Amino acid sequence: MQMISMEKKWCAAVCVGLSLCASAWAGGNKLVLTGSSTIAPLALEIGKRFEQQNPGVRVDVQTGGSTRGVNDARTGLADIGMASRAMKSDEAQVLVAHRIAMDGIGIILHQKNPVKNLSDEQIKQIYTGQIGNWREVGGEDRKITVVNKAEGRSTLELFLHHFQLNNPDIRAHVVIGDNQQGIKTVAGNVGAIGYVSIGTAEYEQTHGTPIQLLPMAGVGASVANVREGKFPLSRPLNLLTKGTPTGLAKRFIEFAQSAAVDDLVTAQYFVPLAR
Amino acid sequence: MIWSRHNISSPSRADVLLARLSGSLAFAVAVLLALVLLMLFKESWAVLASGGWARFFAGEGWFPSSGQYNLWPMLWATLVATLGALLLALPLGLASALFGRFYAPRWLVLPLRRVMMLLAGIPSVVYGLWGLTVLVPLIAQWEPPGASLLAAILILALMVLPTVALTSEAALAAVSSASLQGAAALGLSRKGIVLGVALPEARAGIFSGALLAAMRALGETMAVLMVAGNVVQTPGSLFDPVRVLTANIALEMSYAAGEHRAALFASGLLLMLMVAALAWLAGKRGGRLYA
Repeated sequence: MQMISMEKKWCAAVCVGLSLCASAWAGGNKLVLTGSSTIAPLALEIGKRFEQQNPGVRVDVQTGGSTRGVNDARTGLADIGMASRAMKSDEAQVLVAHRIAMDGIGIILHQKNPVKNLSDEQIKQIYTGQIGNWREVGGEDRKITVVNKAEGRSTLELFLHHFQLNNPDIRAHVVIGDNQQGIKTVAGNVGAIGYVSIGTAEYEQTHGTPIQLLPMAGVGASVANVREGKFPLSRPLNLLTKGTPTGLAKRFIEFAQSAAVDDLVTAQYFVPLAR
Repeated sequence: MIWSRHNISSPSRADVLLARLSGSLAFAVAVLLALVLLMLFKESWAVLASGGWARFFAGEGWFPSSGQYNLWPMLWATLVATLGALLLALPLGLASALFGRFYAPRWLVLPLRRVMMLLAGIPSVVYGLWGLTVLVPLIAQWEPPGASLLAAILILALMVLPTVALTSEAALAAVSSASLQGAAALGLSRKGIVLGVALPEARAGIFSGALLAAMRALGETMAVLMVAGNVVQTPGSLFDPVRVLTANIALEMSYAAGEHRAALFASGLLLMLMVAALAWLAGKRGGRLYA
């Protein structure tokens, strides 16, 4: 009996000691990134390569949306925040944005939908419920299913900003969370219209998902056009730091902006920086 | 039976230790629940204090960006979806339990129960994925947009069906064999035994099972989020897209700040109170009938 309890105590002491060591070790060499679910997969890949080149360093990436990225960078909960939009003026006072890539938002329809072109005005009327049938914009006699994003998503903000809309004015039939849910919803409904990241949509399209990307203002919705800055509905992908970055964070950001990660950016269907 | 000690009324040291340990763990669970409730109150206080409860039940709708937090549409959607799922799952689950208990051939009983248990164990996100890629397009062909109250009810019914079936079967199994044999001895038909003796005696258990299923349907998030369409509106028909309270929290929590965040915590508090009311009801009904 006595032996067993002694053993237990030892065990507990060793466990506590180990975990203390681990956290102390992680403190100096761990980088925490939180924010935009659009940037997270890219940050994860960049982080892996950064870890390989800097043994002993750990890069921890968590999602939760651009707003979380901004908040966490501001409160210091994360070393680096991720936001898939430009800084707002009040945010720019405390935070420094470091652009690592560009992303475009594309309007998607089902592949079987014969409509190949919509003007900004038509898209606006569809999203506010003034147009409710594809017949009115030159398509088949079919009810339009409007797919909108949930409140707080940066994709929604960019969409509303571009079309000069307020969210309460939108008459949505389906409200979605992430890009994948949006693509699956449109792929499963011939009458649906939605908007998602061009990178994600182009990837799904080339892998056989029955969706099509609409051109905007005559410019084709493609990764190439976003890179050249021609596509109207595009956004920067930013890493955020509170003030000028130092130490590990500075090294990571310089690495993420370098040509050494262009292949990773392209692999995620984002658009590398023009240098 | 062989006892390690002759006199069990004076517990050994190990017993005392075990009693203390299990007692303190049970107490810890209760404290944890209280802490969760306290946290919900604390986090939702900002919006409760500034406008009181009234703000959740008045106004044009749920527009957090313009400070409107009317919960009625989502509350209705939650209640209707739960009720609809129960209406579908209850007869199906009960029928399956009755079949397994009284009519199924012996070799079929165990496989049937295994299937039900498997059904109960499927992760809700898998149900959601299936609903999004199969069920919703099917309904969309019939009446767009497909993502609708109907889809939510069907998915929820499928998810709570095993709960209803398994608890009903347990309740039927607990019916005393004396009653069943007595009824058979009196010459009652099998139908008479099932409807006149077994069902009435198992009523309390079946009822608590239904309440348990209702609690699961109320709390289900992921599957409903994927198929219900998530448009905040009071459902007017089965084909209207709706948003339930849990889906609302999941969709917006990671993007919410300030008053909006507090409003989401308040809707979590509301959900918790609803579930607590159901649990209380289950305890009360069950307790009275079993007494």
